[in-house]
Amino acid sequence: MTGTATPGVTEAAAFPGERPVTPEVVREHNLNELEYGRILELLGRAPTFTELGVFSALWSEHCSYKHSKPVLRTFPTAGPQVVQGPGENAGVLRLPEGWAVAFKIESHNHPSAVEPYQGAATGVGGILRDVFTMGARPVAVLNSLRFGPLDQPRNRYLFAGVVRGVGDYGNCVGVPTLGGEVAFADGYTGNPLVNAMCVGLLREADLIRAAAHGVGNVLLCVGARTGRDGIHGASFASEELSEESEARRPQVQVGDPFTEKLLLEASLELITSGLIVAIQDMGAAGLTSSSAEMAARGGVGVEIDTGLVPTREPGMTPYEILLSESQERMLVVAEPARVAEVQAVCARWELTATPIGQVTDDGIFRVRHDGLVVAAIPGQRLVEDCPIYEPEAREDERTRARRAAAPPAAPDGGIEAALERLLDAPSLASKQWVYEQYDSTVQAATVLGPGGDAGVLRVPGTEFGLAVTVDCNERLVALDPCEGGKAAVAEAARNVACTGALPLGITDCLNFGNPEKPEVFFQFREACRGIAEACRAFDTPVTGGNVSFYNESPTGAVDPTPTIGMVGLLEQADARVPSHFSTPGDELLILGATTGELGGSAYWAEVLGFVGGRPPRVDLDAERRLQRFLVAAAGRRLLRSAHDCSEGGLAVTVAEAAMGGPYAEGGLGATADLGSADAGATVEGVLFGEDGARAVVSVATEQVSAVVALAGEHGVPVQRAGRVLEPGGSLELRAAGRVFTWSIGALRQRYFTAIPRRMQHPDVDRSAGE
Amino acid sequence: MLNVAVVRFPGSNCDFDTLRAVERAGANAFFVWHRDASLNGADAVILPGGFSYGDYLRSGAIARFSPVMQAVQRHVVDGGPVLGICNGFQILCEAHLLPGALMRNAGLAFVSKPVDVIVERADTPFTSAYPAGSRLRLPVAHGDGRFVAGEDTLRMLEAEGRVVLRYVAATESSPLQPNPNGSARHIAGISNASGTVVGIMPHPERVADSLLGPPDGHGFFTSLAAWRPRASKLNVPSR
Amino acid sequence: MSYRVHVRVMPRTGLLDPQGQAVEHALGALGFGEAGGVRIGRAIELEVAAPTRADAESRVRQMCDKLLANPVTEDYLLQVEER
Repeated sequence: MTGTATPGVTEAAAFPGERPVTPEVVREHNLNELEYGRILELLGRAPTFTELGVFSALWSEHCSYKHSKPVLRTFPTAGPQVVQGPGENAGVLRLPEGWAVAFKIESHNHPSAVEPYQGAATGVGGILRDVFTMGARPVAVLNSLRFGPLDQPRNRYLFAGVVRGVGDYGNCVGVPTLGGEVAFADGYTGNPLVNAMCVGLLREADLIRAAAHGVGNVLLCVGARTGRDGIHGASFASEELSEESEARRPQVQVGDPFTEKLLLEASLELITSGLIVAIQDMGAAGLTSSSAEMAARGGVGVEIDTGLVPTREPGMTPYEILLSESQERMLVVAEPARVAEVQAVCARWELTATPIGQVTDDGIFRVRHDGLVVAAIPGQRLVEDCPIYEPEAREDERTRARRAAAPPAAPDGGIEAALERLLDAPSLASKQWVYEQYDSTVQAATVLGPGGDAGVLRVPGTEFGLAVTVDCNERLVALDPCEGGKAAVAEAARNVACTGALPLGITDCLNFGNPEKPEVFFQFREACRGIAEACRAFDTPVTGGNVSFYNESPTGAVDPTPTIGMVGLLEQADARVPSHFSTPGDELLILGATTGELGGSAYWAEVLGFVGGRPPRVDLDAERRLQRFLVAAAGRRLLRSAHDCSEGGLAVTVAEAAMGGPYAEGGLGATADLGSADAGATVEGVLFGEDGARAVVSVATEQVSAVVALAGEHGVPVQRAGRVLEPGGSLELRAAGRVFTWSIGALRQRYFTAIPRRMQHPDVDRSAGE
Repeated sequence: MLNVAVVRFPGSNCDFDTLRAVERAGANAFFVWHRDASLNGADAVILPGGFSYGDYLRSGAIARFSPVMQAVQRHVVDGGPVLGICNGFQILCEAHLLPGALMRNAGLAFVSKPVDVIVERADTPFTSAYPAGSRLRLPVAHGDGRFVAGEDTLRMLEAEGRVVLRYVAATESSPLQPNPNGSARHIAGISNASGTVVGIMPHPERVADSLLGPPDGHGFFTSLAAWRPRASKLNVPSR
Repeated sequence: MSYRVHVRVMPRTGLLDPQGQAVEHALGALGFGEAGGVRIGRAIELEVAAPTRADAESRVRQMCDKLLANPVTEDYLLQVEER
């Protein structure tokens, strides 16, 4: 494709009644002068209103990655396990025996801020489609959620609505929710984060890519009819939330999980039967992005007649049809001779498949409506020529000051009260209230469900399983984006490894504020640098993901939250290691070194109300050694339990392992000496410090020497710290010579009731707190 | 080998799980499509869990009109065993093959967790492997699981011994509350008079494999695999 | 004065109504092919004490906006009766 437009090929006419393209209309479409200039140049004329809408959608941040592309290119994306890296609907990694895993994470933050139930539900729907359009059957969903504090009614309303929306959608489609994370902090008031991840299984041979080819092949619209919902959702996701967002409410899409389930079954049948050439979800920017991207990937043109698209309402314009984000729709490419068979498969699943266009050889993205050409744009350039920006990056002075600040004095009540307070903090407390609303056992493959380090599922018909997790500690990222980015990957890897699984690869959901602000772009660039370094160190390539910028509300940008979704391979699913202690008399071992680092810790934040200090430096080598040790120990079945040490430090880790799961009769007592910290560490540092590369394991007495020896072989420091005691006893922790005791029953009470107590009266008043 | 049909409705999502659980127990299992008019020679039928037709209107209300349900009705008249699990139970109630109805959970939220139940009726084709009074831990996952029926119907169910499963607290100190959904008389499952038609809310097919935890649900499928058609056609199957 | 108010909450015009769509499909399958445009909402009845009919209506509108209906996805209709 050349820079000069070819006369005759790219001519297009205004659709009757559509608005003339004025500078004001261009601004409304979020296109700046540089971008509009680029459009004029590549068309060789002014765009029609329809074309402007197309450019606006494809050149939105959400679709074009115009502020993030150069940074994302620094991620490691290769490895022997990679079948499909970034650029497709989902990444794919190789598993044993011809299997492969497709997975991806995506945000639905803005829609959820406006309508939490539908926003979250359609977020789950979109990510499921991204996975099953690769030919993979979804086998797990996870989610990462952030809200403002639960003492504000509006935050409770959003939290309750999002959880219900996530649950209702995934439950109905029949995909188990195997894990997730939820945290609450001031910075998310007004701009919650809703990130959903889906994991699917496929035979590697069945993998299908979303590239249109074969001139003359037919484009079919499959699934739901097209309505006016969600028009301009992609550009909506690419601007800051404001008072006017309320007025944009009609854009919110409504999810139909029943149709999704039919679409899932029909799509998998179409793919595995080899009836189709390509398939893509009509997600953000709907028909426009799905058709333009499929054509660009295949190096061909497409011609669509929007007059043929089945609509829900009469009188829809090509502009509306092209940009609608109605849910549960797929674009399918098939050879003309196969169209009838494709339609028969769809009809069996009570879906329609309507031919709406074809693949062409001229490289033009052409749209007709009842014969009139309303858009004709060079396709490759439409998808690839959006200007790319490398914004200025500069660390905020306030971040430096926060890092250098010292915490206030510890409050009265001391250590005992501090642990109780931590276990009662909604961000650390049990998420039982959340995950009991999610079906976690459908598909009958859940080996370890939610509430532990990582979810584990068995791959049916094989010996092996997968461990899946999502993680991010935004406090660490806010204080030191690079170390925080590394820490997010390291925590995900520890969680996966604690179950006995080897970390294989990641997908990321990068939630940040407005990238045009230097301090935000600094956070983004640095966090990505940390993620890239950690992924290189762990051999866990980035297989794709999603960038969500403009997470700002009138109160400012959210904390930088690069959520890491990770998948690991558990070679023997029955060797999985649970998080909780199981057997009185077992020895309790601490793996990794404790120096008592409290910078950015949950202890400072939740107990002292101080978010600051310098987060611990992430020792990637030590992290990797710990991961490899955990996998080896699980493979030899040496561990009775393993729990990653992260927020709240050793005290919270040991307490969680001792308290047990919500359905246990009661917890087990435990005694541990955490005290052999380096000189200079405080009692608080030993108990609540958040040094990385640590885990707490319980081991049958007769296996202890083997575990110690194996740790030595892997270069992992190991400390025989104590024992698991009888049920219902107490938790006794020693640190720097002092002894602290808690009743396990009392801790359980706090930990499991922290969220339900605060949610006793779910707030239905949608305007509350606004 | 016993032939077991697992019916697939649009929106069924426990279909594969149920099929595998039946096979693991040693019976021959196959799918029957909701539009099929025949059960393809099945000796027994299972209506699996899920959200047939999205649970729109009322759970099970649309599915009961599927063509296959006429075949199921005939199968019931002939004394053939039918098990409805979760959404399958809802469909059996909507189709009046079992009395009562399943309404929105008392807590108004979807509930997914393990529950403890007692097997009160052990002479059905699906529970004969359990001694009466067995205590099982099975998962539930439903939004509409609150069993309701008129007082007369409840009295009749009790008097005729037709409560198959009842929710129970594991122990006095158990963190698991009995009755996850507010069901009348803590009822988790019932049968028709002869015991051939059984509907239950918990999901035994999800705990039929020891890798996934204690396989408390396996017995539903081994019971069925051991069931013999001829003995039962006349009257209540007994062992 | 006391008023009895009937509130009819319906999915917003133009928004997808999956429930109505599934029921319409089922009606067709049962031989009611003549049925179309099925939409499913809910009905709420309540009593309000208010000095005038207009006040009653205005209060119930506020109730709808805040709680009874979801302005994002639903429209509502009021019918006020004097008791």
